[in-house]
Amino acid sequence: MNAPVYPVEAHPVFGRLGLHALPIHEPILVATFIAVALGGLFVFFLITKFKLWGHLWRDWITSIDHKKIGIMYMILGIVMLLRGFADALMMRAHQAMAFGENAGFLPPHHYDQVFTAHGVIMIFFVAMPFVTGLMNYVVPLQIGARDVAFPFLNNFSFWMTVGGAILVMISLFVGEFAKTGWLAFPPLSGILASPDPGVDYYLWSLQIAGVGTTLSGINLIATIIKMRAPGMALMKMPVFTWTSLCTNVLIVASFPVLAAALALLTADRYLGTNFFTNDLGGNAMLYVNLIWIWGHPEVYILVLPIFGVFSEVVSTFSQKKLFGYASMVYATVVITILSYLVWLHHFFTMGSGASVNSFFGITTMIISIPTGAKIFNWLFTMYRGRIKFEVPMLWTVGFMITFVIGGMTGVLLAVPAADFVLHNSLFLIAHFHNVIIGGVVFGVFAAINYWFPKAFGFRLDAFWGKVSFWCWFIGFWVAFTPLYILGLMGITRRVSHFDDMTLQPYFVVAAIGAGIVALGIGAFLIQIAVSVWRRKELRDTTGDIWGGRTLEWSTSSPPPDYNFAFTPIAHEMDAWYDMKQRGAERPTTGFVSIHMPRNTGAGFVIAMLATAMGFALIWHMWVIAAISFAATVIAAIVHTFNYDRDYHIPADAVARTEDERTRALAA
Amino acid sequence: MSATIATHVNGAPVWYDHAGEHHPPNSTMLGFWLYLMSDCLIFAVLFAVYAVLGRNYAAGPSGADLFDLPLVAANTALLLFSSITYGFAMIAMQARKKSQVLAWLAVTGLLGLGFLGIELYEFHHLIHEGAGPGRSAFLSSFFTLVGTHGLHVTFGCIWLVTLMFQVGKGGLTPPNRRRLMCLSMFWHFLDVVWIGVFTFVYLMGVM
Amino acid sequence: MYPTKSLLTRALVLSASTALAGCDWIVMKPHGDIAEQQANLIVTSTLLMLLIIVPVIALTLFFAFRYRQSNPDATYAPDWDHSTRLELVIWGAPLLIIIALGAITWISTHKLDPFRPLDRISEDKPLAADVKPLEVYAVSMDWKWLFIYPEQGIATVNELAAPVDRPIHFRFTSTSVMNTFYVPALAGMIYTMPGMETQLHAVINKAGVYDGISGHYSGAGFSDMRFKFHGLSNEEFASWVGENKAGGQALTREGYLQLEKPSTKEPVQRFASVEPGLWGAIVDRCVDGKKMCASTMMAIDAAGGAGKGGVASTMRSNWSSLDGSKRERTVVAALCTPTNLQGLPVESDAAAAAKN
Repeated sequence: MNAPVYPVEAHPVFGRLGLHALPIHEPILVATFIAVALGGLFVFFLITKFKLWGHLWRDWITSIDHKKIGIMYMILGIVMLLRGFADALMMRAHQAMAFGENAGFLPPHHYDQVFTAHGVIMIFFVAMPFVTGLMNYVVPLQIGARDVAFPFLNNFSFWMTVGGAILVMISLFVGEFAKTGWLAFPPLSGILASPDPGVDYYLWSLQIAGVGTTLSGINLIATIIKMRAPGMALMKMPVFTWTSLCTNVLIVASFPVLAAALALLTADRYLGTNFFTNDLGGNAMLYVNLIWIWGHPEVYILVLPIFGVFSEVVSTFSQKKLFGYASMVYATVVITILSYLVWLHHFFTMGSGASVNSFFGITTMIISIPTGAKIFNWLFTMYRGRIKFEVPMLWTVGFMITFVIGGMTGVLLAVPAADFVLHNSLFLIAHFHNVIIGGVVFGVFAAINYWFPKAFGFRLDAFWGKVSFWCWFIGFWVAFTPLYILGLMGITRRVSHFDDMTLQPYFVVAAIGAGIVALGIGAFLIQIAVSVWRRKELRDTTGDIWGGRTLEWSTSSPPPDYNFAFTPIAHEMDAWYDMKQRGAERPTTGFVSIHMPRNTGAGFVIAMLATAMGFALIWHMWVIAAISFAATVIAAIVHTFNYDRDYHIPADAVARTEDERTRALAA
Repeated sequence: MSATIATHVNGAPVWYDHAGEHHPPNSTMLGFWLYLMSDCLIFAVLFAVYAVLGRNYAAGPSGADLFDLPLVAANTALLLFSSITYGFAMIAMQARKKSQVLAWLAVTGLLGLGFLGIELYEFHHLIHEGAGPGRSAFLSSFFTLVGTHGLHVTFGCIWLVTLMFQVGKGGLTPPNRRRLMCLSMFWHFLDVVWIGVFTFVYLMGVM
Repeated sequence: MYPTKSLLTRALVLSASTALAGCDWIVMKPHGDIAEQQANLIVTSTLLMLLIIVPVIALTLFFAFRYRQSNPDATYAPDWDHSTRLELVIWGAPLLIIIALGAITWISTHKLDPFRPLDRISEDKPLAADVKPLEVYAVSMDWKWLFIYPEQGIATVNELAAPVDRPIHFRFTSTSVMNTFYVPALAGMIYTMPGMETQLHAVINKAGVYDGISGHYSGAGFSDMRFKFHGLSNEEFASWVGENKAGGQALTREGYLQLEKPSTKEPVQRFASVEPGLWGAIVDRCVDGKKMCASTMMAIDAAGGAGKGGVASTMRSNWSSLDGSKRERTVVAALCTPTNLQGLPVESDAAAAAKN
């Protein structure tokens, strides 16, 4: 194996970092680095040329505005989607080739990093940022608030997530990533079997990003509980806000378990403790349990907001009230609670005994009942509606067809004895991609197409949106149907080389499917570029381009910094629809000054110091780690001495903004 | 959701809150409570890990062999008293007596440091005897659970000193009072966790 | 290397025909009774769920088409958002299906529990009362499989064989990391874990050569951790055993320790005899005789540990790395006595003597 060997004794300042950590002998990595460096330099050049550094710092990096932070989360998700999908393309290409004499183009040392990085990036740095970004942008607007409960923490949470992403990206060029699979089970991830820095990159990037996510969860719960507009009782909230509330409860109630589990593994690797070792009393099964106690709620964290998105989209584009609102809310709450009672279904084959396995299998099946209820409710919202097939609605119908099949294979896997033959097979891979792509990814694209006009004042180009949708839909099925079949042929996951040539055609078809999805991603990027290019034609001046039903559509597109000049009062569910039906008039005079939180660079600084500490710890650079840890704490303390956190937008400035809108609406 | 906002006037619905600038209810207490519950969950996991691994001595010493209960009793007394003194600080805060607040905070801090000092001595002694966190899974989970609690107390002390500066300089302003209340919740929470620790780890460990 | 146009065509044709034929779908058409019951479970569960899924997909497409904006004939009821009867069906129908599936789950999970001995050979062959299962012990190593046959006194690396229609009782453990033992034609999979012993009861109903793998990623050599499982007639099995006895060497503790070192793509090895007590020592993680056996350690811990003096009983032990770098781990040293020079648990000595 041509893996680099890291010195055990650490240099006092540079730890185990050295030239050997640079992959100068790996052509793929060198080429990637050159491309990334050139691209990055080009972006730096453009920003400098157009003198945008000041603007970037003042209006984006230091922004505590939930709308800007939401947009930045989405950008992070898109950038990391490209990286995570590149990993997917490499895996499909490699597995399509690696048969018999042909060893493929990725030796196991690299292939194993690619599939680990693919999973970690897609879950933590694509899906989570997308979902967090959507909730951040939309929830305050939907409840009639000006921002979230803790705007500074919101900014800090975002930069901590970016910090984790930075560490993962650095691992591509300095050292290596983990080769353990995305959950890093010990003993394989322990210091003996994985002495290299890969698992350490994994641990610190997730720990840092995890702090951001947990704080975000606290933030959004407090926002939804405390900052709803007058009259908006819980049972009058938009469904997306309900699903966001449940999601954030799940976040606060599950991410600490991840933090603890990762911390214990970190202690095993750094301090020689014996939580998960084989020989001094440790128990690796404990890690499997802890990580999945986090892991199962995590997938509901990803999908519940998406269910909320679909509720909004189906109702809006069917031009009809959502069927069974109360039922939807109860179903969401039931799913939230039940998601804690199913974790063992991820390791039925670990030998827990029939009664324990049955219990968890049955609870897993029970979750499908409220989930099914939601699907039916969307169906009956469409029934006797008048459906407009804008791009978000296409994604929704695609979701309804794709996700239910994934759900079916999930319930199938929930039968322990069936799982005994399908666990860890390509059937399992097909199942979870079925629900995550068919659910989360389709939902994110629906949400982006739906709320983009609100955020930017012009809609996305519909043609390229439809191209993207069809490529994703067709590409997904072409890529994953062969994997379902391969699973039923007894083929397991994470294999980097095959001897049975009769399997190759399936992998070739799967690779073609991945290529079609790549076209879908390309079409999405083109969609954005074309829409920016044609933004004058695609402009929306009403603020309510789709005829929406919830309060975000009552603001201008994009909304002013303060969201609402006067806080709206909600009377019914679908508050904006109610206002339109009953002729509510928008106030045009009598504006007062508005109290707003001030931008700050403290969140960025503290998060970057924490990231530097993570990097130092990964490379055993103890002195630098200690200094950056102290600096992080000091920066946080210094920030607490800053009491000057807010300002007022004067009434005449508000009046100017509102007058502009009055003019735009009249035109 | 203020009761003072009229949603209907003369039977007609009011659509906007024209009174404008009313301060939204402050979310700091709820937010801090939520954070504390997430922290509680971390401790719950560490307790669960101790429950699973706490009898895996790897043919080494057990809690009965190692724990110095009189020392732990002293430790516990210091921490419990520190909660009482913090309570006195809060009473002084309600009465807006800044210098009393500072005095009680100082006493609390000293008691907290005393707690930490004894705990560090205990850890040092154990490690010196060869019963460090690497010896067995029992010792790993002991040091991690007790040590995590100790780390929290350490950060609490740093926070306490910072707040003493801030109250000293700025007085008992609303933000500072909110911060004192948050630290109060934090401090008492650590007390409750410690009660769990000395019961399940120390007392049940020597039985 | 890269898929050419003709490979593409072949791929599409082959996959279509194979998909339709289903002949390679070993999970759905296995040759062991346990696996067959599991395959039937997959079919039954899928059919039950299709009762909901097919109407849902059909209705989705139908409603999307019928209620499109450009269709003026469809009723438009913008405020119709509730129907108690419909809700009862929406919650009730899936509930009924899940109740059925739940019952099937409870029964099948108990019946097909890997730890449960077989009660039949196949659907039409009951189990005779006097049949003793074939005992096989399996160790997942980095990155190969060691199979020990205690009754026959032989062992193999990367080759497994069993007589058709005789129950097999597997016991598993692992040397360093978790793996899964999986022969799709035979039965479901079960984790193999260091320091622990898991079990599987299975039977092969048809003679043939079948694939065996590890179904749980375990490191760099994982993809090559494959073996062939031979279902043989009684005579062929006896001659297979004879082949091993004739050609093979002895599997001593020394030999085992060599085998434990990381390696990939191991060819089949055969051992004519196995040192007594080896399996017990493997599960107990004290083959080298210098390390304390896990069961001894657990007994000492259950009695309250070894006291303060126990802090001194650790030692450094070599760990073999794939990259050749020298690593060490800390382990507890064995308690040797004059009559038990290797510090083995006393029972495993006696049990080994009884077996051999």
